[in-house]
Amino acid sequence: MSMNRRQFLKIAGVSTVLGIGGGTVITGLRKTGLEASQVSPDPRALKAKRWGFVVDVSKLKSDEDYQKCIDACHGIHNVPDIGNPKDEVKWIWKDTYERTFPTTSEDELMNKELKEKKFFLFCNHCAQPACVRVCPTKATFKRQDGVVMQDMHRCIGCRFCMAACPFGARSFNYRDPRPFIKKENMQFPTRMIGVVEKCTMCYERLAIGQQPACAEASNGAILFGDLDDPNSAVRKVIASKFTIRRKPELGTQPSIYYVIGGADHA
Amino acid sequence: MKNAGTIVIVVVVGFVAFFGFPFYYNIGKANEAPKLKFDTPAILEWEKVNGKKECVEPKEFMRGEHMQLLNQWRDSVVRNGDRVYVNSQGRSFTMSFQNTCMNCHSNKKDFCDKCHNYLGVKPYCWGCHIAPKEKQS
Repeated sequence: MSMNRRQFLKIAGVSTVLGIGGGTVITGLRKTGLEASQVSPDPRALKAKRWGFVVDVSKLKSDEDYQKCIDACHGIHNVPDIGNPKDEVKWIWKDTYERTFPTTSEDELMNKELKEKKFFLFCNHCAQPACVRVCPTKATFKRQDGVVMQDMHRCIGCRFCMAACPFGARSFNYRDPRPFIKKENMQFPTRMIGVVEKCTMCYERLAIGQQPACAEASNGAILFGDLDDPNSAVRKVIASKFTIRRKPELGTQPSIYYVIGGADHA
Repeated sequence: MKNAGTIVIVVVVGFVAFFGFPFYYNIGKANEAPKLKFDTPAILEWEKVNGKKECVEPKEFMRGEHMQLLNQWRDSVVRNGDRVYVNSQGRSFTMSFQNTCMNCHSNKKDFCDKCHNYLGVKPYCWGCHIAPKEKQS
């Protein structure tokens, strides 16, 4: 069949209009029945402009004090205990001063107690999160209240975020985590093989007016509050004590402040 | 070839007869549609209090559009932090697959799986969301 220029343009034009308009016609005709419904936040939800933490390790005396917080978090979030460091999945953990603040100037004369002290580490929920910038699917994103959230439905397991995070806060599920969960919390999902997970600042607890589980179990060693509010408990501590953050020179603006110089001596 | 036409006809008829076999073999033998159970303790309790069995939206809507509703709930909760759903009758529900949906439909094997298996769809909800503990009935 031969076609002149004029006929071709006519057909092309009509098909373009159909192609652009066609989708709308179909969606418009479909009855969704959801017009009358609406969504809203839970009235109990805690609200802030920028959530953050103050960790005062001087209030953590024994290994049990640490373990209580770790168990509280990992227990309710179905974090598996795989038992080998290669496949390890962790949301909150502890490490030495040197490994917590690797870029602070090393000093052999430093207070021995502080040097050997263990620090709590978890997602910094940075104000400028590197992980969010690199995520190709927006599976990890910054919420209005400062939580760096992880949407497991969207995670494709590319691990860009793990490479981007300067704090090692992210774990990859190299294996199916289900068999390694000692006691499942039926109120919270698990993860599946091939996704990245991390601390989500207990968004599910904030939504019903509860503090993050680690803060609640820490006996005051982990303070939680709004960094944007000068009258919040966290801001008062930051204003009155010497605090440091992890790798501040990278400019990610971490939201965890560590109180240095234990209350015993200060 | 003199009988080329005959050969073509035989081949076409043979082809249709062979590959059409599953269709005419099964004519009039439609599989029984899955029968879902709505007799979990939570649903019976709801019926006692509210006088009837009802879901967050009308049955017909849920049957056809529950996937869209679940996607909407997911995005609303995970992306926007909005967790309360007010339905077309003005009643509110907490949007939670594991805690709201599966609280009533605690019989996954007699509810979700019945239709999904019948239709051969494999939703990946259960890769992460924990299914209720139940016995196969």
